[in-house]
Amino acid sequence: MNSILILFAHPKFEQSRTNKHLVQQLETLEGVTFHDLYESYPDFHINISFEKELLAQHDILVWHHPLYWYSCPPLMKQWIDLVLEYNWAYGPKGQALQHKKCLNVITTGGSRALYCAEGSNHYSVNEFLRPFEQTARLCHMQYLPPFTVMGTHQLSDEQLTEKSEQYVQMLKFLQQDCSPQAMKDCAMLNDILELN
Amino acid sequence: MTGSILFEAIVFLAGALLCVPLAKRLGLSSVLGYLLAGVLIGPYLLEFIGEEGQDILHFAEFGVVMMLFLIGLEIEPKNFWKMRKTILGMGGAQVIGSMLLSFLMFHLMGFEWKVSLTVSMAVALSSTAITLQTLKEKGLFETTYGASSFSILLFQDIIVIFMLGILPLLSNENEVASQTAESTDHANLLENLPLGLQTLAIILSVVLIVVAGRYLFVPMLRRVAMTRVRELLTASALLIVLGISLLMELVGLSPALGAFLGGVVLATSEFKHELESTLEPFKDLLLGLFFMAVGASINFIVIKENPWGIGGLLIAVILLKAIVLFAVGALFKLKMDQRLLLSVGLAQIGEFAFVLLSFAFQLNILSGEQMDTMLVVTALTMTLTPILGMVNERLILPRIGTKESEKRAIDHIAKQHKIILVGFGHFGNTVGRFLRSHGIEATILDFDSNRVDFLRKMGFEVYYGDATRIDLLEAAGIADAHILISALDNPDTTKKLVGIVKKKYPKVELMVRTKNRYEAYDLLNMGVEHIYRESLDTSVKLASDVLSKMGFRKYTLYRQAQNFIKLDERSMRRLAEQKPKDEKEYIFKAKEEIAQQEKVMEQDWHRGIYQNDNHWDTEQMRLASKLHKKKP
Repeated sequence: MNSILILFAHPKFEQSRTNKHLVQQLETLEGVTFHDLYESYPDFHINISFEKELLAQHDILVWHHPLYWYSCPPLMKQWIDLVLEYNWAYGPKGQALQHKKCLNVITTGGSRALYCAEGSNHYSVNEFLRPFEQTARLCHMQYLPPFTVMGTHQLSDEQLTEKSEQYVQMLKFLQQDCSPQAMKDCAMLNDILELN
Repeated sequence: MTGSILFEAIVFLAGALLCVPLAKRLGLSSVLGYLLAGVLIGPYLLEFIGEEGQDILHFAEFGVVMMLFLIGLEIEPKNFWKMRKTILGMGGAQVIGSMLLSFLMFHLMGFEWKVSLTVSMAVALSSTAITLQTLKEKGLFETTYGASSFSILLFQDIIVIFMLGILPLLSNENEVASQTAESTDHANLLENLPLGLQTLAIILSVVLIVVAGRYLFVPMLRRVAMTRVRELLTASALLIVLGISLLMELVGLSPALGAFLGGVVLATSEFKHELESTLEPFKDLLLGLFFMAVGASINFIVIKENPWGIGGLLIAVILLKAIVLFAVGALFKLKMDQRLLLSVGLAQIGEFAFVLLSFAFQLNILSGEQMDTMLVVTALTMTLTPILGMVNERLILPRIGTKESEKRAIDHIAKQHKIILVGFGHFGNTVGRFLRSHGIEATILDFDSNRVDFLRKMGFEVYYGDATRIDLLEAAGIADAHILISALDNPDTTKKLVGIVKKKYPKVELMVRTKNRYEAYDLLNMGVEHIYRESLDTSVKLASDVLSKMGFRKYTLYRQAQNFIKLDERSMRRLAEQKPKDEKEYIFKAKEEIAQQEKVMEQDWHRGIYQNDNHWDTEQMRLASKLHKKKP
């Protein structure tokens, strides 16, 4: 069974209805470590060696965050900048993350329809996530399609509960198998779950 | 006209008060002022001072001893060790060169070789008192010129011991030698011991100074410091210098050299700056007295009898010394301007000549006439030095291209730190440790001698002393300091310190710890920009941690805490500005401020609770807000 590390970054977590729903389910899951970055490092002073150790203990890395200005919140970026060191994560001797899997779990206010060539955001979520994809690749990790909860402002509590159950389902699915065949070249992991 | 000690003291003080400010106003060095004052009150002009001028000279030589002790305090042992090559090299070259040339000159003038040798020894030595006082006055101590001068003078201080030892051997009449043994003012205990034992005694006494410095002086000073009676520290400082001088005289070494050594030993102790500020006024007064005595001892009758002969000798001696010094400067690759400064600065015959010449007279090596002539030449060269220095600086140096920056510090003279940290209790300690972790070593002052002792054992550079005394602050280098940190506990002491620094050194940036907002108001009104209330940051942090335990998000608390502190600072400044006329008004204003602050914080808080994270994507937000309005 693959072990999963969820790095969660939300500077205004107490204001996020959606993420409260999503996170509630996670604490009890076996083989999943939930790591709340803004609670651990309110002063942005990241403990790099601790973070590296944590990475070493897990097979799958999840960047869970709201999509702010088409990217992640600043502490998540800080985490990427500081923890993924040269000759550790990448570079000639950087093999520490080899064979690990990696994906984004994101929440957006806008619906999926807005994130396409015809929509007001012009690009798909996958396109906006390219920097993460390439970061994973540079660190010898396999980048998986993202899991998304979109159009959050319009979701009712029932729909949100459904979404968070899906999130748990998705994590369990990844714990069993996350081979490229299992991904079936889909754009988002949501799609696979819906197919199954 | 002479009589009581009181009268003499008045004469000297009045002479100094009259001539020194005059010299300063004319742009001359204070040394020249003192020398002229001496001439004025001496036996040939106003006749206030008669033959006792010589005794006063001996007494005032103690000023030179103190000066060397103070210089020793500035030089840490490891730096002294680094200077050994310069001392031996430059000093040796200068003494040997000058002796050789002047021996040839006097011998060619037809003097007996013994006389020539004795006089050449006197000529080789320069005046520590005049040179170092001038260096200090002009702030040239840390230039190459300053360091070279100092090295040469130090070598001379050592070599004079051997010179005094050789003199009796030059005396051919044995009965004279034994007779003089009693009459010399050197009360030398070791005279009758064999040479080996004498050497041993000398080495032992030097070791004694080093050991006593570590294990006797410092513990003694600590005990005295604990009594907190200030004059006792002054007494101990004088006792140390006098004790060393006496020991040195007993074994026949130069007291100045011993005092210098004592100073070096104490240079690393916490009392360094305190000793400096205590002894400085004594030294200055005694040196002034010394220069006046030199002025008073110029024998104008001798000059009148043979003005051309004396004049010629004077010029010859100065030229000879300057040429040798110039050559030494070239040999040690000094730049041209530094070389010229050195040549002129050390071209005089020094105070050791008085001792050497009168000793040689007692030994019957020199005739009375020869001694008088040389004494006059010595005093005149000393008087001419400041004048020649001025000529050099104003007329010659500006024509020379290589003007070395005077500020360039030379590595073997301990540099002053740029930050002064006052108070090294728990607060100051934390400040100091954090600074040190960044390679910033502050000069630390503290008034608790037990703590100073303990902290020094832990490797901190802490000095003992009352920092509200301006002279101690000056000894710690406030004139060059960028920042003064006050980490004092007592608000009244803090205000006193701030007041002094603001008044005398307004350019030094003050960063001040304070107890609470009431103390902070006073400091703000004194014009302090950077104020650190010990009751602010930590208490906010504690409150944040409590709130975190109750389930608030840490990042939100972090931001709110910053807001809180910023608002508090702002309101503090506002309240301090409109200094309330009475207490009622103050309370009213304060209440208003607090209410304002709470309102702002509450606004932040409400935003946190009730609004959703919809800070962007306006289209969706509008839809969503409609949705939410429908729901309840």
